[in-house]
Amino acid sequence: MATDNTTVRLGPNGKPVRPFVMPSTLTGKLKVWRFIIYRRIVQLTTLLLFFGTAHWGWTVAGEPVLMGNLSSSTLLGTIPLADPFAVLQIFLTRHVLETEVIIGAGIILLLYLLIGGRVWCSWVCPVNMVTDLSSWLRRRLPIKDRFVLSRNVRYTVLVLSLILSALTGVAAFEWVSPISMFHRELIFGIGMGWMAVLGVFIFDLFVLRDGWCGHLCPLGAFYGLVGKVSPLRILFDTPTCTHCGECARVCPEPQVLNLKKATEAGMIASGECTNCGRCITVCPENTLSFGLRKFNSTSNESSQNLESHHRRAA
Amino acid sequence: MTTRSSRREFLTKSVQGVALAASGGLVWSYLLKQQAYAAPHAIRPPGAHEESDFTAKCIKCGQCVRDCPYDTLKLAPAGDTVTIGTPYFIPREVPCYMCEDIPCVKACPTGALDHSLEDIEEASMGLAVIDIENCLSWLGLRCEICHRECPVQNKAITIEHHPRKISKHAMFVPLVHSDYCTGCGVCEKACPTEEAAIRVVQPELVQGKIGEHYRLGWTIDTPITQEFTPQQRKDEKSVPATGLDYLNQGDL
Repeated sequence: MATDNTTVRLGPNGKPVRPFVMPSTLTGKLKVWRFIIYRRIVQLTTLLLFFGTAHWGWTVAGEPVLMGNLSSSTLLGTIPLADPFAVLQIFLTRHVLETEVIIGAGIILLLYLLIGGRVWCSWVCPVNMVTDLSSWLRRRLPIKDRFVLSRNVRYTVLVLSLILSALTGVAAFEWVSPISMFHRELIFGIGMGWMAVLGVFIFDLFVLRDGWCGHLCPLGAFYGLVGKVSPLRILFDTPTCTHCGECARVCPEPQVLNLKKATEAGMIASGECTNCGRCITVCPENTLSFGLRKFNSTSNESSQNLESHHRRAA
Repeated sequence: MTTRSSRREFLTKSVQGVALAASGGLVWSYLLKQQAYAAPHAIRPPGAHEESDFTAKCIKCGQCVRDCPYDTLKLAPAGDTVTIGTPYFIPREVPCYMCEDIPCVKACPTGALDHSLEDIEEASMGLAVIDIENCLSWLGLRCEICHRECPVQNKAITIEHHPRKISKHAMFVPLVHSDYCTGCGVCEKACPTEEAAIRVVQPELVQGKIGEHYRLGWTIDTPITQEFTPQQRKDEKSVPATGLDYLNQGDL
């Protein structure tokens, strides 16, 4: 059936491939941008809660709202929160820690186990706002990709930061992390941390696309491993997908949108997906959506569906 | 053929990968070592462990900084002379006022500030040392401000009186006792000289150690007094030499 119309390409499900078109109305545009707006709200609110508690003495029922910073904090004067990766590094330096910070790390770990590890990256991490800006600029500037670096380098950096913590006796990544520097200095006073952030921005803009967040950051790698098992996922509705590729074009981690794997699992199974939701809003067929992890039975069903679609298309 | 070449490619790739990780790791660990021991002079909050343990355990969250009611503590930003992200204070700007409930230690989630510290007078943040060339008291004035301001009254800083050369007047000079000094820095803040003549430093930078083999017999039981009664020499007859010279006299 595709042969009589040369201009229309058909997807594996037999439906014509439609490109994503940005709506002309403001409400339509806002709908496309909704996740980026939500993410900025969550990122800035988190930052503001820390800042307000520190500088304007924000309290709820007499207790400071969120005291500390993203490395470790106290919520409402009672609930400890801590960065599990930082705690793991300190643990490896063979120092005995107070239970408070261990409980805090446990709470945060549990949270990201539930909502998706790299939700940290795209919804909370302040550096994400910087790297999103550089990737936005990069798409609009004639900058060619000249360097190739495996995205698995981050796992090497992750392992290195653990080994070096054990060998040098100090938390290796915490001492050089542009994330901690940036966040700490936004709350506790500006030092030279902005230089590290500027470095990340320039690196991402001119050297390597998604260089820091997508290739090097060991914290992202850590949360990527955490996110492998989390129930909140991007679901993939196989029968509606026309393989138009719009999702992969906006995705900061396009390797996670392996359509063969997505078809088999009925979802984006890779922990490297940051749950940013960009793909959801650009998909012209509404194939992608946030949802809870599908069990094996349903994924088999959907892959069978696809096979039948393939047969029909052929 | 193909398996052999692919195996060779695999091996070279692995070697390259390991080499990249190793070279990166070496540079990284160099930076860590350099930074970890770069600033041993920083004055830490009360209860801080020995510097290398403290910097390892501190998660750089700044909760001690925020719970300090006097805004004494600061969190070192990147590029400061103090290890990155760790709390410290500059006594000449704002000293530690030694809160009885020690909120900074309570706020510490990791135990980098030792939670077993319950009496603030047991804290050892540093040690006050006196520059006797510039101390007003040592120059002969009656200053003693550090002694009066010291929160560990009459223990950490005492006033000793010394004869002042040939004058009838005595000098009243402050003396710091390391057993009692907490290093809070109130004295450094209070010192009226243009640059503080009494300063808090890390004890290991200035404190000596005599060694276990010395036996200080004269410190046992016998109180040493500094009473000085000048005697008028009555005649020109030679008096027995003092000091080591008696050894050369032949008789004892």
